[in-house]
Order: sequence, then C-alpha cells, then structure tokens
Amino acid sequence: MSEGGHPDVILCPGGPMLLRGDHVVQDADGVEHHTTRPVSAVCRCGKSSIQPWCDGTHKVLPPKLRP
Amino acid sequence: MLIPKGRGSLSEALFEGMRTNRSTFTDVLTTLADDDADLHISLWALYEMHYRGFEDVDDSLEWHPELIELRRSLESTFEQELRDRQPEVEIKEPFAEALFDFIAGHDGASLAAFVQRDATTEQVLEIMQMRTIYHLKEADPTAFVVPRLSAGPKAALMELQYDEYGGGSPVRLHSALFVRGLEAMGLRTEYGAYIDDVPVEVLHDNNAMSLFALNRRLRGASLGHLAAFEATSSLPSRRMAQGLERLGLAPEMIDYYTEHVEADAVHEQLAVRTICGALVAEEPWLVPDVFFGAFTCLDLEDRFARRMLDEWAA
Ligand code: FES
Repeated sequence: MSEGGHPDVILCPGGPMLLRGDHVVQDADGVEHHTTRPVSAVCRCGKSSIQPWCDGTHKVLPPKLRP
Repeated sequence: MLIPKGRGSLSEALFEGMRTNRSTFTDVLTTLADDDADLHISLWALYEMHYRGFEDVDDSLEWHPELIELRRSLESTFEQELRDRQPEVEIKEPFAEALFDFIAGHDGASLAAFVQRDATTEQVLEIMQMRTIYHLKEADPTAFVVPRLSAGPKAALMELQYDEYGGGSPVRLHSALFVRGLEAMGLRTEYGAYIDDVPVEVLHDNNAMSLFALNRRLRGASLGHLAAFEATSSLPSRRMAQGLERLGLAPEMIDYYTEHVEADAVHEQLAVRTICGALVAEEPWLVPDVFFGAFTCLDLEDRFARRMLDEWAA
C-alpha cells in the first residue's frame, strides 16, 4: 500500500530494492531473514556478501551488470 | 565534558572568558586567531554550546550575543574557504544518479583501505580516538535540520534518523554501539574525551557539519553532506571490519562497522533518493548547495585521511 509518496517497495535503479516495514525475506538458499530496521535494502545484483541484504557492492560493478 | 585546551590567542582568551562566565567578550571579538587550529577549536567550542555544552561553562552563554557574533564571524570565513575549494560542477539529470555519480567520481585517499591491509593496532586506536569526535554525536547535527524542512523531506529524514537513533532503543543507538566498541578497546568513551588531541582536520569536518546544520539557509548543504557521508560508508565500513579482524581487535568494534555495512547501504539510498530527492523536488534552487555539501564531506574526509597517512608515512 502506498500513502502518497510513501510506497512499501522502492526499486532503486542500478541498486537494491528498498522494503519498508517488518518482513521476512527468504534468501536463495531457502534461509529466512527478518528485517530489523525501518527500511531494509534487499540485494538485486546478487553480489552482496551479506545476502539477502545489499552491502553497496552493486556500485563497483560495471553498469551492464547492475540491476 | 570540560572546555577544551586553547590552541592560540583567540581560543585561550575565549575559553578563559567562558569558564569565568564573563558578561562581555568585546576584547575577544577583536582578537585575531593565530592560525587555523586556533580558529577551529574556538568555533568548535562555540558550536558545542548548542549540543551538550561544557560542565565548566554556564549554559546561558549559548545565546550570548557577542559569542553569537564571534561564531558568525568565524563561520563565515570558514564557509567562504569551503566554497572556494569546490570545483565547478556540471549538474546532470536525473538528480539521484547525478549525485551518486558525483560522489563515486571523487577520488580521495582511503583510511579504510589502509586499515584493511596495513595499519598497526596502534594506528587503528589512533583513528578510533579521532572518530570519537563525530561518532559520539552521530546523527546529531542532522537532527537540527528536521524542523527546517517541508513535509516530504522531513518525513524522509526522520525515517533515516530513527534508524540512527536505534529505532528508539538507547542501547541500539549508533553512538551507543560505538561506545561499546571503545570500551572493549580500552579507550575513553566520554563525549569529547579526545578533543585536545585531534588534528585540525577533524575539527574542520565536525565544524562543517555544525555550520550546515545550524544555519537554516544551508539545509541543502547539510543534506548533501549526509548523502555523501552515507554513500561512502558501506564499502569502507566493510574494509574497517576486515582490518580490525586482521588485527584481532575487539568484536564489539567489528560489530559497529558490520552494522554500518548493512545500515548505510540502506541509508545511502534514502539520503540520496528520498531525502535529497524530495528536498530538491520542492526547493529546486537548493541543488547546487546539495552538491556543495556533498563535495565538502568528501573533500574534508580526504584531507583528514591524507593528514593521517602522511603522518604515518604510509
Ligand atoms: S544490490 Fe547492492 S549489493 Fe547487490
């Protein structure tokens, strides 16, 4: 649900997916992770070392490999 | 915290006057600073009156007109110097990508890379002492900006600040995590404990944040500074954590940096997109100031890093 300019999910061009609120995210290995902060960043480039969360690694990828 | 030691004619006269709660500072107003360190420790102490103050200075001096006059005069000199350092920037569209690219394009010295690979335990301890000046009041300068914003950027900034302040839990406050790290490393944890030991570059950094945050007209620069700070934190924090691990240093301090890898990957997106993005959508004339704030953050961190690396001949 979005309340005028406050969407639950934001897709950042070339970067992560921001997720507002409390959620459980299942990573590629089937392990579940609870969000712990008001907004979480889910990795979309697959290269983060703290999956399923983004660690900023997408910024050092060549533009073609960014989500 | 007690008022710091003076670093020259101006700060010595000023601090003596503040400690003895003088009613007038006219003679201090006509005293010139001996050098940059003298100017910046004076300015730092004047700003600090708006944060936690000093145990040996009367709180009512916070709004003493002559001290405000002195602060204005020191900070306008400083602001001009900062503006003079900024190169011409060509601002492209869309705004968020342009700001991310501008930050990524700044090629500065990296203390984190040095810590990751080469620093000794002693050098890391030295860096931690320097970092206390900001990390013990982490997010506090930006908090002053909140009431100066319209609804969009204000709500967005609070979303980030709420996380900085531990989601309302005093033990999860970022500055409290840093305190635990300091304790575990055997360092002092009181606010301002190392102020007498830090080089002028640390004061520049700290004063720039207060300058931007305490002047409403500079709200764009304050949020631009925040954006650059957050956008240069995740990857360096991981390097810091790896360096601390390499040296077998306190897990509590490693946790502090690990927390910032994850938190700041979120915060950089919020700061650039939802905060600065919302600010310039409503006040487009602030775009150049956002870039000015971002440049200043990167430039001052670079000067600090160079200073330390030179000192260690690294
Ligand atoms: S999207 Fe940021 S590290 Fe993958």
